[in-house]
Order: sequence, then C-alpha cells, then structure tokens
Amino acid sequence: MDVREVAKLAHLEVSDEEVEIYAPQMQKIVSYVEQLKELDTEDVEPVIGALTPEGQATKTVREDLAHKPLGQEAAVSQAPDRHSGYFRVPKVL
Amino acid sequence: MSEIRVEVERAIENAERLNGILNAFLTIDREYALRRVEKLEGADSHGKLHGIPIAVKDNICTSWTQTTCASRILSGYRPQYDATAVERLNKAGAVVIGKTNMDEFAMGSSNENSAFGLVKNPWDIERVPGGSSGGSAAAVAAGIVRVALGSDTGGSVRQPAAFCGVVGIKPTYGRVSRYGLVAFGSSLDQIGVLGKKVRDVAQVLEVISGRDEKDATSADVRVPEYLKLLDRDIKGVKIGVPRLLFSGGLDSEVKSAVEKAIEGFASLGTEIVEIDLPLLKYGIAVYYIIATAEASSNLARYDGVRYGFRAEGVNELRQMYYKTREEGFGEEVKRRIMLGTYVLSSGYYDAYYAKAQKVRTLLKRDFQAAFDKCDCIVMPTSPTTAFRIGEKTDDPLSMYLSDIYTVTANLVGIPAISIPCGVSKESLPIGLQILGKYWAEDLLLNLSNVYETAFPLDAKPKVHVQK
Repeated sequence: MDVREVAKLAHLEVSDEEVEIYAPQMQKIVSYVEQLKELDTEDVEPVIGALTPEGQATKTVREDLAHKPLGQEAAVSQAPDRHSGYFRVPKVL
Repeated sequence: MSEIRVEVERAIENAERLNGILNAFLTIDREYALRRVEKLEGADSHGKLHGIPIAVKDNICTSWTQTTCASRILSGYRPQYDATAVERLNKAGAVVIGKTNMDEFAMGSSNENSAFGLVKNPWDIERVPGGSSGGSAAAVAAGIVRVALGSDTGGSVRQPAAFCGVVGIKPTYGRVSRYGLVAFGSSLDQIGVLGKKVRDVAQVLEVISGRDEKDATSADVRVPEYLKLLDRDIKGVKIGVPRLLFSGGLDSEVKSAVEKAIEGFASLGTEIVEIDLPLLKYGIAVYYIIATAEASSNLARYDGVRYGFRAEGVNELRQMYYKTREEGFGEEVKRRIMLGTYVLSSGYYDAYYAKAQKVRTLLKRDFQAAFDKCDCIVMPTSPTTAFRIGEKTDDPLSMYLSDIYTVTANLVGIPAISIPCGVSKESLPIGLQILGKYWAEDLLLNLSNVYETAFPLDAKPKVHVQK
C-alpha cells in the first residue's frame, strides 16, 4: 500500500516519519481483513440502507411545509474566517 | 435550597473535584446547569427526569456549550442547535452538567485517543476506562452522575461500561434519533445510555427513544414504557449461549465470571440453549472495513472552512485543507481515514467494501437463525478486564481485536446491553453482554434488572464520591 498516495486522496499531509509508522500498521490491518476472502459470497446481496424491516418501512418523506431556516449569520457563526455573512477561504488560484 | 439544586450542585462539585484525577469531563458548565435548575424550580409540572443531573458525551451537540469530539479540529465549536436526544432530555427535566471526554471522533477502545488527555479508570487509575465513551463510563462509575449519554459504533458504550463496572445499552439501529450526533460510521452509529442502575438507564432510554423526522434513519416503531416492564418474571425466557465462543484470547477470569452469570440466569428460571454463530469471528474484519470507509467519507467535511480549527500561515486553498487536517486530526483518526480511503479507492472497492457488506448479510442471517432458537444471546462484553494505560497504543490491530464481542451487534443492528457480573482478583469489573432481537430493549432491560436485583455488585471503585 502506498501510504503517501492514500494520504493525498484523503487530503492529509503525512511526514516521512509518519509514513514509517503508518505503513506497517496499515499493512497488518489490511492483511487481517483479507481473511474475508475465505467466505463464498457469490450470490449474496450486500447490506444497503436501514438494517431493520421497520426502519425500511418508515416513511421518511415529510409534508412539504416551510420551516424557519437557521439564518445566514448563525450558519457562518462557527467559521474560522468569515466576512459579511460568507465563509472566507484563502485564494483558490 | 430545593432538593434538585442540592443534587445538581453536588454533582458539579464532584465533577470538578474528581476531574483532577479522572479527566472524565471536557466541559463542566455550572452556570448553565444552575440556570436550568432555576427554571425547573419554577416549573408547574415535573418531567420524567425532573432535576436529574446527567453527563453527555462530547460528540452529541449542545447549543449552549462547545462540542469538540475530543478533537483539535473541532475545538471551540459551538453547535447552532441541540441534538434531538439532548432536546428530549431537557424537555423531561434533566440537567446536563457537562460534556464527557472520549476517544477522538469516537475512534478507540481505551480513551487514550483524546486530544485533551486520557481518562483514567476509577477502579484503578493506572488502567484505561475503555472507549470510546470512557468519560461517560468513568463519571457514572465514580458516582458523579447516575446516568450519562454515550454513543456506540462498535462497542463504545458497552465496553467502557464493562471496564468501569456500570450498565450500558446500545439500542436497535433506528431506535434513538441521531440528529446532532457527530457522524462516524453512519450505518453503525447509535446513541446509548450508561448508568449505575438498570432502572435509571431504562428511564433515560424511554425519554430519548422514538421517531424523529430530522433523522431519516430513525424508525417509526412504538416505544414501550421500559420502566413498567423491568420487573416482569423472566421464567422460561430462552437464553442462547454460543458454542465455541469461549476460546481464543478470552481471559480465564472473564470466562468463569460469564459462566457463573449464565448459571445465575438459569437459577432464575430461564432456559439456557446452545446456539451457533459460526461467522462471529469475521466480525472484526467486516467492522474495520465498513467503519473506516464510512468514517473517511463522514470526516471529509472537516476542512477548516465552516467550523472549528483552521491551520495558520497558509495562503492557498488546497494547502489549507491538507494542513488543517494534518494538524487538526490525531494519529488514530488519520489512520482510519486513510484505511477507509484505501478500501474505497478505485480497484479495491469490490475486494474490501462490497465484500464486507456481503459478509454483513451473512452475519445477519447467522443471527436470524440463532434467534429462531432463543429470545436473546449472552456472551462476554470484552475478552479482558481493563488493560493498562499504554499497553496497546503501539499496536492498533491488537486494540481492534479487543472489540470482538461488541462489533457484531452494530453490524447486524440489534440491541445489546452490558451489565456487571463480578470482579477479577485484581478488583477489576467484568461485563456480561446480552444481545436481543430488533426492538427488544424491553427484554434486555428486564433481564438485566432481575439479574442486578438477584446478584448485586458489592465492590466499589477506588475513586468514588463520598455519600
């Protein structure tokens, strides 16, 4: 496993020392989970969605009624950097 | 002074005093709690939890105080809303005195992964309290609060309950609304309750359970009055004991305590039947694929834009993401994000994630077949008693393997409870786990209450409030 490549996909910066720690640990975990290959899952459907029949049957569509929204000021209130009701980020280009 | 004021003030004082030893709380909010007391003192009607001090795990949103998930990346984050579970607690008259410490983003089995320091076990402060709801378990065990909320993705309520000698329940998937619970593994997460007594746990579960339209995964299923069902006769209840379960890394003292508990249940008139769960041993492998995959997706939102921490001194957007996540997340969280990213990445998806979801179907069938023969299943909560601080930190896989008995309830979605069933020679508590059919929390609480009454735990932790 290329830890550096995986870190990049996950938007994480890893140092050389970290790669040295993570690589063998993650390799060991991946080797462990590979034991699932022993099991025949040829005609088995994967689990998707609610785990219980009752959860599956629950109507999740509510009536289309207007609710009071959070509001712009509250929505951005926790941002580390904001300006006039907007999130502010460093330059993109 | 009103009775509830005395209770709440005592809880806050104990929390503050014992935090120097245990580090169970990340926030203790005296001012807020006393404002709540004032309001309750003037109230005409009393809710089911009137004036009861309670602690809430710090991954459950509270609008009046910070919610950090014990992570640097959310330090100082103050949610704009309350979690539905918290809203229901408040409506019932409970007084939240503070937010409890945990493994960062609920990832861990020892509470050593907190960005704000580890939690110590009140039974032996050189040992871990378990995790990830270690702060909630320690606060209850030490007698600071009678009940606390936790969350359970792979055992995070039950395992610390076992390590700290208290009761802890993970309800059926969909029983309790997760609105305002910071997401980790969305097909596994469930809010749970820890308490010293089964009765208190039942009362709180009754209050927080039930359909909530703000959470699409909360199911429309009637919530029984758990408290009224606690003392039912358990004669004739069929308890399944998995064959071949008691092997491998199971500690001999845990084994004999669990066997004794099973005999105890038999003496109370239940019927013990042998069952098979041949796929149980694959639980850890399935779990650590699904949990990390879902975590990598859920934690993508922490990018330094909308809340919490942002790395300083970066003036380009992409670089800001990388640096913020590198500095904001701890080691275990990064390890899991990377594992999850790997198992979901192009070319590996079918071999890992899709495969794990198929084996999960097989696990569900395994349990269905077992439940044809019995009403519930017992097994240990954890293969060992609380381990020493630092003992497993260098070997993540060995830490993961200690979740062997707890992860399957989350994978299958069934409810499970851990109750104390004795102490080891070193005076460390041992937990017995009872797993039930979907929505059968009432039976789990009933069995636990009858057991607790017949075989109360006499031992007490070393660190405990004075009465």
